This record gives sequence, structure tokens and C-alpha cells, in this order.
Amino acid sequence: MSDTSPHNKESIFPPPFVAGKHDFHSITEAICGVVEKPLNINWILALGVAGTVMAMLFASIGYLFWEGTGIWGLNNPVGWGWAIVNFVFWVGIGHAGTLISAVLFLFRQKWRTAINRFAEAMTIFAVICALVFPGIHVGRVWAAYWMLPIPNQMAMWPNFRSPLLWDVFAVSTYFTVSLLFWYVGLVPDLATLRDRAKSKLAFWSYGLFSLGWRGANRHWQNYERAYMLLAALATPLVLSVHTIVSFDFAVSVLPGWHTTIFPPYFVAGAIFSGFAMVLTLAVPSRKLFGLEDFITIRHIENMNKIILVTGTLVGYAYAMEFFIAWYSGSPYEGFAFINRAFGPYWWAYLAMVSCNVISPQFFWSKKMRTNLTVTFILSIFVNIGMWFERFVITMTLHRDFLPSSWDYYAPTVYDMSTFLGSFGLFFTLFILFLKFLPAVAISEVKGVMPQADPHWEGYAHAHHAVSNAVSNKEAH
Amino acid sequence: MTSQKNWGVLAEFANPAELLHAAQELHKLGYRKFETWSPFPIHGMDDAMGLTGSKVPWLTLGGGLTGLTIGLLLQWWTGAVDYPLVIGGKPYFAWQFATPVTFELSILLSAFGTVFGMFALNGLPRPYHPLDRVARFRRVTDDGFFLSVEVADPLFDMERTHNQLAELGGAHITVVEDK
Repeated sequence: MSDTSPHNKESIFPPPFVAGKHDFHSITEAICGVVEKPLNINWILALGVAGTVMAMLFASIGYLFWEGTGIWGLNNPVGWGWAIVNFVFWVGIGHAGTLISAVLFLFRQKWRTAINRFAEAMTIFAVICALVFPGIHVGRVWAAYWMLPIPNQMAMWPNFRSPLLWDVFAVSTYFTVSLLFWYVGLVPDLATLRDRAKSKLAFWSYGLFSLGWRGANRHWQNYERAYMLLAALATPLVLSVHTIVSFDFAVSVLPGWHTTIFPPYFVAGAIFSGFAMVLTLAVPSRKLFGLEDFITIRHIENMNKIILVTGTLVGYAYAMEFFIAWYSGSPYEGFAFINRAFGPYWWAYLAMVSCNVISPQFFWSKKMRTNLTVTFILSIFVNIGMWFERFVITMTLHRDFLPSSWDYYAPTVYDMSTFLGSFGLFFTLFILFLKFLPAVAISEVKGVMPQADPHWEGYAHAHHAVSNAVSNKEAH
Repeated sequence: MTSQKNWGVLAEFANPAELLHAAQELHKLGYRKFETWSPFPIHGMDDAMGLTGSKVPWLTLGGGLTGLTIGLLLQWWTGAVDYPLVIGGKPYFAWQFATPVTFELSILLSAFGTVFGMFALNGLPRPYHPLDRVARFRRVTDDGFFLSVEVADPLFDMERTHNQLAELGGAHITVVEDK
């Protein structure tokens, strides 16, 4: 009978959250060890490369401030070029971090503990990259504060009827709440680093940010409640953020943008691209930093399943857009979609569909889901595909209502250096994070180990003996 | 200072199960000013110590309602009172367009209430604590499970409390000075 087959056993007893033989102390050692080891040459080299690419971003931005947005490939029908594409791309990437930290927490998916810190860091850095683009796209950057309701000498206020302003509030709230969520999670782990610090500098800096956390149960009680509430706040927040990002398009009256499918379709796409980025980062980092026992194949496989689901959802949205364009009977709507797939940007549409809809289908196979090389390559494909999705959507602008104003948009070298440079910013921050902060949530991982449960079978004997001893003493 | 004051006693336990058990027993004996310290929250400890619920949710609610009010007032006052301006023929104020910003501000201030409220309720930041003088206590953020009883507890008696902690399985029982 197949009852005794190993596969069956596996499905009854899921693999543990932490692989290998670990106790509480060895977890502290393994994770803090990464931070405490002296700087190694590979890390410095990686930081140097990322830092150089980041310098390119700042140089491009400097030139942009000097010269104006004319250095980009923007033209009259296409007033939103790569800047908005990159903005939506980076915000979307951030969403997986919140999904892992908040949504999976609420659903009590304990496997998330190994990757949440990592993914939350990714969220914050991705949102920083995202915020750069609308910030520099405003043209007159010295007037960027007009986006905020700050009393000024003109006695004017921002236009709250504009979805672009909603976006300012959505993304800045998202950044702030993600940062708080990340920080709250970090406090007990920073305390661990403080208590292990060898140098004065480490003691003082980790000590300052750990706020004097000492693990009192009264503190844990408030802490756990606060963490749960933050998760409950971050969940509708993350859904609202990409919904509002999609409003930038959907609230306009342009064919191809003015559709009610945009909010759910954008949210699914965001989660899809975010998980792909988590995998792109996690697959090499777990190897480089020896975190294979914490970020296990089970984690990778679970994330691949989410990629399969969300990728298929995105594919459904692509199909539904076409269907509705035809079903609406609007010739403008129909043209926008035919033009997307068969117009001058057919190659972008093809890249989008093949990367986002076709490539995740490999993950129906368990062999593929658990293969690290395949996972890494497909995650890159998804990243590329999701960038193209935003490009395809934005390029709907290039043929507007009046054929005489149609134009073809092509990026300039400054568009490219700014986008590439944003990866430099992202990776610089990420590389610094990996070295100076615990990349895995130490206290949370300990909390999901079987030994953390006071009713674990391993303690049954000891517990019994102690209570006997006490009751004997009391009897005497 | 010659007349040293004591803060309490600290005992170490081998694992979460023993710590939980000790907390249960101390609570049964009538102790109230005692605290358990652990590297991660232990399931069932709040009940064992007889703690009532956390007040954090009230602060979250307070933050959320403040955000909601600010969001609505801000958009109504700036758009319809202070500088009414017709843009695209839209009304000066309507709840429909005010929803996204109001929602975001409610979430933002709820989060502020939650996080800063939690730190405030916990009395953090707290750079110094008498327990910091106990070298072993540093393991509390690694793999140490500790229980402290404060002198301020009416039931506290140096010798009796010490013995009770020892009977419950506490090791390395230390008197902690209040400095």
C-alpha cells in the first residue's frame, strides 16, 4: 500500500520550521554570527559595486535637477515615461514584504518567521527607491513640498480630489508603517546583539536602538498585542496602497486605464513581483550567509506556490481586460488593447505575457518548485515581466484620441542610468542591512521551535519531577 | 552608600516549562510583584502570572479615530472653507474623494498609537535597570529564562522567597541591589 511511502509520511508530518539540530543558543549564534564576523572582502566588494551603481543614480538625479525633465525621453502624448513605470515597479516589489510579515502572520503561517525580517527590509528599501521617482519627476523639485498640506504664502492647499495626491498619502503612510513594523520586530533582536556586543560602539549603538528591551513578560504581552495589531493594520494598508497606485491610472478617463479591474489586478501583480524579488534575494543570500537551516527548501517552495497563484491571477486579468475591451463595445477601448498587443510595443506585451503568465506555470511541478536554480532564474523572469507590465500600461499613452499627436516613446540614456542606479540604491541598503542587522528574526524563530512550547513532550518528565518535589515539600 | 537597598531576587530556570510552572506557583502563593524574563514570549505565561489584558488596543483605537477626524477635517476645511476652488467641476468636498486620504491617515495614526503606545506602556526606552548588574542576566536575550521577585511585594521575605524559588527549581538565585 502507498500508506507507508515516504511521500505520504511527509504530508502528515510537515518538515520543521528550522532544519538541522538547533537549540536556542545555536540559533542566536548562527544569526548573530553573520553580524559579528569581521568584514570580509566579498562583502566589501559587493558594497563597492552597489555603491558605484548608486552613485550613478545620484549623478543622474543631479543632472536632472540641473537640466530638467527634458533629458528624459518624455514627449507630448507620453508625459509619464520610465519614472512612473519604475515607481510602480518598486512599490509593487515592496508588497511581498508586507504580505509575508502581516498577512501570513494573521493567518498564523509560522513558516514566515524565517523570511519576514528579510522581506520587510526589502519592502522598506524598495519603497525608498519608489519614492525617488515621483519625487524627481515633479520637474521643479524645489516645489515638491506642494504635495503636502503645508500652510504657505500662496494660501493654497493640495488638491485632494486628485488620485496623485491620494498616492502621496498612501505611499508615505505605507513607508512609515512598514518602517515601524520592521523596527518593532527588530527591538528584541537588537537587544540580543547589545547583550553580546564586544565593542563599546556596538554596545552603544545596538543599546540605543533596542531601547532597553530585556524580555519581561509584561513587555512581551504588550509587544505581542501591538505586533498583532500592526499586522492587522498593515494588511488593509498594503491592499489600499496598490489600489491607490492603480487609481493613478484608473481614475483618469483614458481608454485602457479607466477600468475597475485595476485595483485587484495591481495588487495581485504587486504580490507576484514582490515574491519574485524575495526569491531573487533569498536564494543567493541564504547560501552566502549560511542561513540554509532557516530559509529552507520548504520556504522556497511555499513562495513558489504563491508566485504560481498570483502569476495565474495576473494572467486572468490580462485576458479579462481584453474580453471587457471587446464586450464594452467601445472602439477606443478596443483599439487601446489591440494596439498594446499588436502595435509598435508588441514586443513589450510579448515579454510581459511570457514572463508573467507562461514562466510561472513551471511551478506546477514540485521538482521545479524545489529546484534552486530554476527558482532563481524564474524569479528574474518575473521581475522583468512585471517591469514590462507597467511599461505596457504606461505606453497606452502613446496613441491618444487624436492620431496627429501620436508619438513613439523611447527612453534616453538618463532614463536608463536612473533606473539602473535605483538598483544600486536598493542593493547598497540591502547589503548594509545584511551585515549590520540580524537578517532572520531571532526571537520569532526561537518562538516557533518545539522547545519554545512549555508543554513540549521533551519537558513532560522534568516538569512532572519539579511539581512533585514542590508538592512533597508543601506536604511536609 | 553603605546602607544598600535591595531591588529583589533573581532566579534562573532551565526552560520555558519550568519558568511557566514557577510563575504559576508564585502566583498561587499570592505574589504579585514578580516578573518572568525570556528570549521570546512564552505561551500561557500571561495566565500563569495572572496578568490582565493589554491596553494597547485602546491606544490603537484612539490613534485611528484621531486620524479619521484629522483626515476628514483637513480635506473639508482646506477644500471647502479656506480656499474653495472649482477643479474639473467636482464638489468642494465629498466623502467619496476624501476616502483614500482619510483611510491612510487613520491607519497611520493607529500605527503611531500602537507602536508608541506599546513603548510607553512598557516604560521604554529604559537605558538602565537594576538587573543589568547581574552578569548572567545578559543571557535573557539568548537562551536564559529568569524570574524576579521584587522587594516591593508584600509577601517578599528574603529567606522565604529565596527558598521558594529554590524549591521551584530556580538556580543561581541572586539578590539584586537597587542602584
